[in-house]
Amino acid sequence: MKNDAQTWREWLTSERPASRRQARLGRAYAAWSRFVDNRLAMAGLFIILALLLVAIFADVIAPYSAVTDGDLRTARLLPPSAEHWFGTDDQGRDIFARLVHGSRITLFVVVLVAVIAAPVGLLIGTVSGYAGGWIDAVLMRITDIFLAFPRLVLALAFVAALGPGIVNAVIAIAITSWPPYARIARAETLTLRHADYINAVRLMGASPARIIARHITPLCVSSVIIRVTLDMAGIILTAAGLGFLGLGAQPPSPEWGAMIASGRRFVLDQWWVAAAPGVAIFIVSLGFNLLGDGLRDALDPKAAGQ
Amino acid sequence: MAPGTARAGGRRRARLQATAMAIVRFLVVVALTYLGLLAVTFFIGRVIPVDPVLAIVGDRAPTHVVERVREELGLNLPLYQQFLIYIGKALSGDFGTSVLTSNPVMADIRRVFPATLELATLGTLIGTVLGVPLGVLAAVRRGSFLDQIVRVIGLVGYSVPIFWLGLMALLVFYARLGWVEGPGRIDVVYEYTVTPVTGILLIDTAMQGEWEAFRNVFGHLILPASLLGYFSMAYISRMTRSFMLTELGQEYVVAARAKGLSEGKIIWRHALRNALVPLVTVIALSYATLLEGSVLTETVFSWPGLGLYITDSLQNADMNAVLGGTIVVGSVFIGLNLLSDLLYRVLDPRTRAR
Repeated sequence: MKNDAQTWREWLTSERPASRRQARLGRAYAAWSRFVDNRLAMAGLFIILALLLVAIFADVIAPYSAVTDGDLRTARLLPPSAEHWFGTDDQGRDIFARLVHGSRITLFVVVLVAVIAAPVGLLIGTVSGYAGGWIDAVLMRITDIFLAFPRLVLALAFVAALGPGIVNAVIAIAITSWPPYARIARAETLTLRHADYINAVRLMGASPARIIARHITPLCVSSVIIRVTLDMAGIILTAAGLGFLGLGAQPPSPEWGAMIASGRRFVLDQWWVAAAPGVAIFIVSLGFNLLGDGLRDALDPKAAGQ
Repeated sequence: MAPGTARAGGRRRARLQATAMAIVRFLVVVALTYLGLLAVTFFIGRVIPVDPVLAIVGDRAPTHVVERVREELGLNLPLYQQFLIYIGKALSGDFGTSVLTSNPVMADIRRVFPATLELATLGTLIGTVLGVPLGVLAAVRRGSFLDQIVRVIGLVGYSVPIFWLGLMALLVFYARLGWVEGPGRIDVVYEYTVTPVTGILLIDTAMQGEWEAFRNVFGHLILPASLLGYFSMAYISRMTRSFMLTELGQEYVVAARAKGLSEGKIIWRHALRNALVPLVTVIALSYATLLEGSVLTETVFSWPGLGLYITDSLQNADMNAVLGGTIVVGSVFIGLNLLSDLLYRVLDPRTRAR
C-alpha cells in the first residue's frame, strides 16, 4: 500500500488518498499539525495532562495525608516552607497534599458532568433536528427554557433540594449544562438531514433511529466535544462556587472551592490558606480554556481568528 | 381611491398583521418560559428531602400538630392542585413566608433587591465603558500588543473563580493598602443618617446631601463593582472584538475608505454603529449574568443583596425564601434575555417582518 520512496508525511498529506483510512488519518494529521503549531493550545494540553498525572499518582506525589489532622499545637496555619510547600491549614494539614488530592475531585466532577450532559444534549439535538415538526418544536422550547435559566442559581436550588454533596453538585451542574449541546447538535443535524448520503441510507431502508445513531451523531460529535472542552472551565468554576458556599464536597474532603471557604476566615493573616486552592482552580480552568480554543481552531479552521 | 394607494394600504395592513403575529408569538414564548421556570422550582420544592412541615414545627412536634400544619400549607392536596395554587400565588408575588425572618418572602426580596441592582448596574457600566473601546481597538489593531492584552483579560476572566479574586482583592486593597472600605454596604455610623427612598444608597445619599455617607457608600461599592465590572469587561471586549472584525471585513468599509473617509470615522461612526446591534444583546446578557453572579460576590463581600439572601436561606433550609429568590432572579434573567432578543429585532432592520 505504501510506497517505500514515500515518507509517512507524504502519505498523510497526500492530495489523493487511496483508502478511507488514509483519508481519515490524513485529516487527523492536518488537524494535529494545526494544533501543535498553536503554542497556547499546547500549553493547555500540557496543563490538562499534568492534572491527569497528578490525579493518578496523588498518593505518590503528596507528602502527607490530605484528610488526617496534623498536630494542632505545632502544625497549625504554618506559612509556606521547605517542609510544607504551601503551608498548612487550620487543622494542621499540608495544603500541597490537599491540593494534589483535590485534583481527583476536580477531574471527577468535569468527567462526570461531561459524560452525563454531552450525550443528553446530543440525543435531544439530533432527534429534534432530524424529526422536525412538533417534536422539534417541543424539544427546542424545553431547551430554550433551560437556556434562559440562570445556571448557578438553578444549580443552587437543585443542590438545596437534593442535599449538599459532590454527586448532587454534579447532577445539578449536568442538569443545567446540556442545553447548548442540544442546540449545537440540532444545528449540525439540520445541515445534514437532507444530504444525499442520508437520503441514500434512507432509501436503503434504514430506520430513523439507525440514521441518527450511525450516520448523524458521529458528525455532530466533534463540534460538541469542542463546546464541552470550552465549557469545562465553567463547570469547574461552578463546582468550586458550590463548594465555596458549602453545598458541594463536604469536609474534610479536599475540594478546592471548599478549601477557599475554610481559608476565608484566616485570609487577613494567613493568606496562603485561601490563595493556593484559588491558583489551582485558575490554572486548571485556564488549561481547559486554552485547550478548547486550540481544538476549535484545529478542527474548525473557519471559526479560527474570531 | 386610486388602485396604487389601495395596494399600499393592503401592504401596510399585512405588515401590521405580521408585527401583531410576532408580538403574540413573543408573548407566548415569555409565558411558556416563565411557566417552565415555575414548574422547575415547584419540582425542586417537592423533591426536597427536608420536609417543609418539619422545618416549621420541628421534628419533636406531636403528630396532630404536623398534620394540622400540613393541611394549613395545602401539602395534603394532589400534586396538580398544589401546582395550580403555586402558579397563582407566584404570579401575584406571594412566595410564602420566610422561616428565617418570618416576613413574607416578597417583602424580604423587595428590601434586598436594590443592593444587588446597584452592584450589578455599576458593574455593567464599568464593563461596558472599558470593554467596548478595548474590543474595538483590539479588532482594529489585530495581532498587536493591545490585542494580546484583551485576549489575556478574556482568558483570565473566563478562568478565575470570582469569589477567590474577590477575597484576594479584599486582602490587598482593603486590608493591606486601605484604599477602599471593607465588606458590607455602609458603615454602621452612617446607617441611620440616610432614609431609604430608592434603596440604592448612592442615589439616596446624594439626594439627601449626605456627602460623607456618600463617600463611605462609594468606598464600599467600588471594589465589588470593579470586580463584577472586570468579568463583564472580559466578556464584552471579546465579543466587541469579534463583531468589529466581522464589520471591518464588509464591503461598505472598503467603499468608505475608497471615498476617502478618515479611518477614525470609518471605525467609530460606521463599523461600530453596525456592531452595536449585536452588542446590545451581549450587554443585556452580561447584565443578567452579573445579577446571577452576584450570589458568590455578595457572599465574599457580605453585601446584603439578593444573592446573600438566597445563600443565607439555603444554609437554613428555608426553601420558601430560596425558591422565591430563584424565581425572582430567574424572572429578571428571562426578562433580560427576551428583552435583548426584542432589542435585536427592533435595532436590526433586516430581522423586521416584511
